[in-house]
Amino acid sequence: MRLELTVNGRPHSADDVWEGESLLYVLRERLGLPGSKNACEQGECGSCTVRMDGDLVCACLVAAGQAEGAEIRTVEGMADPDGQLAPLQAAFVEAGAVQCGFCTPGLLLAAEELLERVPRPADADIREALSGNLCRCTGYENILDAVRLAATRTPDAPAPTRTSGLTPERRP
Amino acid sequence: MGVVPPPAGLTQRAGAGQGTEGGVGTSPQRPDGVLKVTGEFAYSSDLWHQDMLWGHTLRSPHAHAEIRAIDISEALTVPGVHCVLTHADLPAATHYGLEFQDQPVLAVDRVRYQGEPVALVAADHPETARRAAERIRVDYVPLPVVHDEASATAPEAPVLHPDRDDHHAEHVPHPNVVHVQPVVSGDVEAARAEAEVVVRGSYTVGMQDQAFLGPESGLAVPAEDGGVDLYVATQWLHVDQRQLAPVLGLPPERVRLTLAGVGGAFGAREDLSMQAHACLLALRADRPVKMVYNRYESFFGHVHRHPARLTYEHGATRDGRLVYVTGRIVLDGGAYASSSPAVVGNAASLGVGPYRVPHVAMEAVGLYTNNPPCGAMRGFGAVQACFAYEAQMDKLAAALGLDPVELRQRNALSQGTALPTGQRVDAPAPVAELLRLVKARPLPPERPWEALDGGGLPTVDLRALPGGLANTTHGEGVVRGVGYAVGIKNVGFSEGFDDYSTARVRLAVTAGEPQVTVHTAMAEVGQGGVTVHAQIARTELGVGQVSILPADTRVGSAGSTSASRQTYMTGGAVRNTCVAVRAEVLRLGRERFADQHPGWSDAELRLSDGAVLAEDGTVLAGLAEVLGDTAIDLELEFRHRPTEPFDRVTGQGFGHVQYSFCAHRAVVDVDVELGLVKVVELAAAQDVGRAINPQAVRGQIHGGSTQGLGLAVLEEILVGPDGTIRNPSFTDYLIPTILDTPPMPVDVLELADPHAPYGLRGVGEAPTLSATPAIVAAIRQATGLDLTRVPVRPEHLARG
Ligand code: FES
Ligand code: FES
Repeated sequence: MRLELTVNGRPHSADDVWEGESLLYVLRERLGLPGSKNACEQGECGSCTVRMDGDLVCACLVAAGQAEGAEIRTVEGMADPDGQLAPLQAAFVEAGAVQCGFCTPGLLLAAEELLERVPRPADADIREALSGNLCRCTGYENILDAVRLAATRTPDAPAPTRTSGLTPERRP
Repeated sequence: MGVVPPPAGLTQRAGAGQGTEGGVGTSPQRPDGVLKVTGEFAYSSDLWHQDMLWGHTLRSPHAHAEIRAIDISEALTVPGVHCVLTHADLPAATHYGLEFQDQPVLAVDRVRYQGEPVALVAADHPETARRAAERIRVDYVPLPVVHDEASATAPEAPVLHPDRDDHHAEHVPHPNVVHVQPVVSGDVEAARAEAEVVVRGSYTVGMQDQAFLGPESGLAVPAEDGGVDLYVATQWLHVDQRQLAPVLGLPPERVRLTLAGVGGAFGAREDLSMQAHACLLALRADRPVKMVYNRYESFFGHVHRHPARLTYEHGATRDGRLVYVTGRIVLDGGAYASSSPAVVGNAASLGVGPYRVPHVAMEAVGLYTNNPPCGAMRGFGAVQACFAYEAQMDKLAAALGLDPVELRQRNALSQGTALPTGQRVDAPAPVAELLRLVKARPLPPERPWEALDGGGLPTVDLRALPGGLANTTHGEGVVRGVGYAVGIKNVGFSEGFDDYSTARVRLAVTAGEPQVTVHTAMAEVGQGGVTVHAQIARTELGVGQVSILPADTRVGSAGSTSASRQTYMTGGAVRNTCVAVRAEVLRLGRERFADQHPGWSDAELRLSDGAVLAEDGTVLAGLAEVLGDTAIDLELEFRHRPTEPFDRVTGQGFGHVQYSFCAHRAVVDVDVELGLVKVVELAAAQDVGRAINPQAVRGQIHGGSTQGLGLAVLEEILVGPDGTIRNPSFTDYLIPTILDTPPMPVDVLELADPHAPYGLRGVGEAPTLSATPAIVAAIRQATGLDLTRVPVRPEHLARG
């Protein structure tokens, strides 16, 4: 089949896509965008996290056909076209949140989505939001630091309708 | 040729006008950091060539079987298939291995573990290759499996390697024993009479997986000279080359390797995985071949941490002095030797831990079984021992009515102590001090889930409770425990291994400015070695701009990125080479300027901020002036002081070059009704000798501690009695998420090791040792249960 979609604001199309292929395979192998990583291809590690029409998805679990007409955002779209890093990207480098870096693209997109919803997240919010992204190297402390650092540099967004989605439960 | 290159040379500038900032002792940003956050860093699974084929491996479904016949004819008819290979197609050597060449490249007439490679396919789409492999018919006759010490060493047990001719073969009690290492000192029999309190225990450590995120992958490109260029994620380019050349039937210089981006390693990339297979397919098909394992295959494609059974007896006096320790450690090495002999040596020689023990009788045994092959993983034989000896120390403390930290401190080794191997610790060994540091930290608040909301009403934050948002408890039945542990790990390769590394350093003027280029074969697997090399070059040569060339086999071996050795070894090689380059710069300067400037005759000239400085700090000349068009380019090797093998009978010998120490305090909350554990805090203290890059040091301690946490409560490859893996996926093999991982405060000591470059001490492994027993000690304290195996699972904890 022929697949048309927008990736990082640019229209793309791919021919002869086999119906069993995932969005991840299409991005990596057909569109030449290997920034999204493949570590489990089972929806467990978050290395392939991209945003599809704004929502976080595991690209390995999205069938290529489901992405027809969708707006996809990958790590390749985060920095300015002139190479200026997004605040989150800079914070990850500064905080030492990148070791092997294989988890980094997925974490960046998950953290970006969090900061849009919750510009001043508590640690518990960050942990909850990033719990779908495995990192085997860093022990997560520096990743927390990076998100905290980026949050201090992110202008306050208008009050979000849904805060963390995790209101503490009132004791009866 | 449309090959997507592996990571390009990494250049980092310290910053205009900042001179040689970014040197040793600071934390400059990683030179590959920007590439990694923008998605431009090419990992081995990202490589691409316009003509490439995809390789796939057919693996054995049986843990032990005879192969009667292999029929590839049907697979060859699948459209898109370019070639299918079995053992019959191997051009030269049929076996390989790190220590013994006991592992078939492709199974010949027998498979010895589930997942053993049997045949290979190259096709134009990965799915085509996979489907074609399914059409290969293999006629297996299952054989009985051996799966533990009793079954492997029974008189009638099937012998897994009947033709073994390795140097341990004639010394082992049974051919299914890879290696035995005793360590005997003092007189345990006599000491038994002296001991007033004796504790005994048996312990089990499950099979842990390295679970690096970047899958085994690489691209093999046939070359015009009949050789092959392999771009691959590995830990040691030259040992891959050494094993590949005989298998491919090529001279080593025609098997060229370049490091592609590595997504973590932790020991699992020390052995070959797809390297030989991709090269064989590429040479046969005469096309580039890419191979990428998926996660399922990855669980079969690399060696794991040795599962272990350990039996210990500790005897002490009433006042808490260790009198003797006996121990036996049985490590299951699986079907092939890999690095089992060295793991056995480590477990035996580090088996009593960082303690002074006058009388010792240890023995470590490595087995051949039909379980998955085991080899290197962070902590390498010291992890298993640490879990057991630290449990024993707690048991002993309880029997003596002593505080567990106090007991450890009373017996802690220090500089000058003789180890059970007879080797004296000849560098600082602040074991008691590390324990003091973790103990002195304020404890985290009790019942962290209880909070007051904005209106002052009490609320429960489920996220802070065991079970989290699963809403399993509101705090009823949750009890807290605190536990301590400390461990000892060797740094570098031991037992007489000729451990060395090579660095090439070039200093030249580019566009009017001095620039240093560092070329080594060190595998950057995420640990940050590339950052450290640039720091060392800046410090030694006083030049801000340092380029790190891609690692490849065009420069001498760097040895393995393992055993916490790379900053010591390749860092040492970079330093030595820079020192030689500096001497050459000064020689050149004297030659060119001595007449004009008498200052050049000073003995103590320095390089700093791109200039040559006299002792008093006067600038004699800019480096650009001194060098002119001359480029200084040197390649040197660095060796650590020699070690020696342990005596086969007594285990005596100067076996390890350096030791590193880390202590942990774990705080846990346990829901004793459901058996759920929440690790609340995991504090660490480690002596690193010298923190070359403090941020990277902390990152290593965090990462290592987290893997120890995984072994304590989550991670285990479940192997059935038939030798098959039950959970080869990230759905069922659980590694810690950010929710499972607590805050991890770290104290770093810097007590210089006089024998090491800059006084540094390898960092990466020690934190993995003590995190596990500290957490289990905390769970024991919370529950009162006598937990003897890791990982601890809910069914071990839930009451009644
Ligand atoms: S690769 Fe998609 S979640 Fe792991
Ligand atoms: S940095 Fe290696 S997996 Fe996160």
